[in-house]
Amino acid sequence: MSELSAEQGAKPVAIAGAATRYRDVLIALAVFIVLALLPALTSSKFLLDFVIRCAAYGLFATSLNLLVGYTGLTSFGHGMFFGLGAYGFGLTMQKTGVPVPVAFAATLVITFVVAAVIGAICVRLKDIYFAFVTLAFQMLIHSTILSWVSFTGGDQGLRGGIPRPPFLGIDLSNHLHLYIFSCALLVIGLLLMRQIAQSPFGYTLRMIRDNTTRASFVGIDVYRAKLTIFVLAALFASVGGMIMTLFVSGAYPEFAYWTISGEAIFINMLGGVTTFLGPMVGTVILLILNDTVTRVTEYHGIVLGIVILFFAIGLRKGLMDFAFEWFAARREAKE
Amino acid sequence: MDIDALTGCLVTPSCLVTQTTSGLIIGMLLFLVAVGLTLIFGVLKVVNFSHGAFYMFGAYFAMTTYQFTGSFALAMLAGAIGTAIIGLVFERVFMSRVYGHDVLMQLLVCYAFVLIFDDVVRMIWGPEFKSMGMPSAFQVAPLFIAGGVVPPYYLLLIVVALVAALILGLGLSRTRIGKVIRAAAHNPGMVSALGINTGLIYGGVFALGGMLAGLAGALAAPVRSLTPGMGFSVLIESFIVTVIGGMGSILGALVGALLIGLIRSFGSLGFPLFTEGLMYLFMVIVLVSRPSGLFGKEVA
Repeated sequence: MSELSAEQGAKPVAIAGAATRYRDVLIALAVFIVLALLPALTSSKFLLDFVIRCAAYGLFATSLNLLVGYTGLTSFGHGMFFGLGAYGFGLTMQKTGVPVPVAFAATLVITFVVAAVIGAICVRLKDIYFAFVTLAFQMLIHSTILSWVSFTGGDQGLRGGIPRPPFLGIDLSNHLHLYIFSCALLVIGLLLMRQIAQSPFGYTLRMIRDNTTRASFVGIDVYRAKLTIFVLAALFASVGGMIMTLFVSGAYPEFAYWTISGEAIFINMLGGVTTFLGPMVGTVILLILNDTVTRVTEYHGIVLGIVILFFAIGLRKGLMDFAFEWFAARREAKE
Repeated sequence: MDIDALTGCLVTPSCLVTQTTSGLIIGMLLFLVAVGLTLIFGVLKVVNFSHGAFYMFGAYFAMTTYQFTGSFALAMLAGAIGTAIIGLVFERVFMSRVYGHDVLMQLLVCYAFVLIFDDVVRMIWGPEFKSMGMPSAFQVAPLFIAGGVVPPYYLLLIVVALVAALILGLGLSRTRIGKVIRAAAHNPGMVSALGINTGLIYGGVFALGGMLAGLAGALAAPVRSLTPGMGFSVLIESFIVTVIGGMGSILGALVGALLIGLIRSFGSLGFPLFTEGLMYLFMVIVLVSRPSGLFGKEVA
C-alpha cells in the first residue's frame, strides 16, 4: 500500500489545532464566496451545470478517499451509497411530499442504517475480499432497484420529475438557487470531511492503514474505527447522490451501478490520494475529459484508456501527488 | 416472484433436465473464464479485471474465422490461440510493469484496457449485435432425455470444458511445468534463484488464462450474440465464481461455476427479475460465513 497513502512519509505532524481549523474554515468561506459570485460574472449555464456536477461527484469521490487513502479500505462498491442517496431522496420527495430538509435528513438516516448493516459485514474482511463483498452489495442493491419495478421504476428509473417545493426562501427548481445550494453543500461537506481527516480519529485511521496489528496492540478498536469511517463516508456519498437527483430531477439505476464506483476510484487515482483535495482535482479533470472527448470522437474509451495508462504506468501516481512531491523536492533543494 | 413455476419445474422430469443442462452450459462457460482468472490470481497475485475482454476476443475471432473458412474446429483454434497471443503481449508489455504495486494500480491498468479493447472491437467489427450461427455439423435433431430437450452442441460444450478442467488439474499437479508454476506461485524469488525464468512463467500463465477465456468465448459464439462489452457481464459472474470457490483454487472455480450456473437457470424460473440478485446474495452469504471462499486457503 506504500505509494498510495495519504501524507505518508511526511514530517512528524502535529494534530490539527484550532489555528489550522480556522484556516480551513476561512479557505472554505473564500471558495464559497468565489463560487457564489460566479453567476454574476458569467451567464453560461453550462459552466454552472459543470460546477453542480463537480459538487455531486466531488463529495462522492472525496468520501471514497476517506476509505481508500486514509484507512486503506479499498471499497469497490462505494457507489451504492451514491445511488442510495439519489433514490432515497427522490422516493421520499415523490411519495411523501415532505419539505426538502426533512427528506434530506430522512435520506441520511436511511443511508446511516443501511451503511451500518452492510459495513458491519464488510469491514471484517480484508483487502481484495473487502473489495469484492462491497462490490457484491452494490450489485445486490442495483438488482433490487431493477427488479422492484413498482417502487423504483425498474430500469426506467424515477421519472416524472422530483418535486422541489420551496423552503426557507430557497427554491431548488430555480437553477440559480440550486447552484448556490449545491455549492454550499459541497463546501460544508468538504470542510466536515477535512475535520474528520485532521482529527485524532483521522490519525487513528492512518495508523490502521499503516499497521493494523500495531493499532490494535495500542488498544484501538480497529473494527469499530473502520465501521465508523465506513458509515461516515457513506453519508457524504449519499449527499453527493442527493445533489445529483436534484440536478437531473430523477434517479436512474446507473447511479447505483458498479461503474459509478469504478469512476470514483479512477477519480481518486487521477487526482491523487495523498492530498485531501486530490479527489476534487480528479473530479474536475475527469468531467472535463469526459465532456471534451465525447464531443471529439465516438471512440472515447480508447482515449480515456490511454489517459488512464499514462497515469497508472507513466506517472504511477495522481496529479496532486505528483505536484505535491515536485514542490516538496524543490523546497528541499532550496534549503 | 413465481415460486409455483420453480416448484412445478422441480417435480417435472423434462423441465428438470432442460433447466439442468442450461445451467450446466452456463456453468461450464463460466468455469473456463473463471479458472483462468483464478490461475492468474494464484500465480501472479493479480486480479485481471480485463479478463472479460479475452472472452470477447475469443468469440469475435471464432466468428470471423468461421465466416472465412467454414471450419468449426479452426474457429475454436483461432479463438483460443489468438487470445493466448493477446494475453502474452498484454502481460509482458503492460501488466509486468505494475507487479508489486498497489492493487488499485493493477485494477486501473486493467480498467484502461477494458475501455480500449471494447472500442477496438467496436472499430473492427462494428457496434451492432453479431451472430456466428450454429455450425452445420450440429444442426441435427436435439436429443431427448426424460422428455427434456438437449441440443447436441450443449453436450460438446460440456465435454470440452470438462476435458480442459481435467488437463489443467492433472497438468498442474503431475507435470514438471505444473510443479514449477506452483512453486512460482509460492515463492517466485526462490524459483528465479534456481535459474528458472519467472517472467516466462508469468507470461505463460497469463497466456494460458487468456486462452481458456478465449476458448470459452469461441464455444459461446454459436449460442450467444456477440457485441462489444459482452465480456463484462461474464467477467462479473466469473468474479463471483472465483470468490465463492476461493481465489486460486481450480476445484473451487469448477464448483462455484456449476453452482452459479444452476442458480441462474433455476432462479430465472422462480425469480425472473431478481436472478442476478440471487447470485450476489449467494456470494454475500458465502463470503460472510467463509471469507476465503468454499475451497480457498484461510487468509492469514
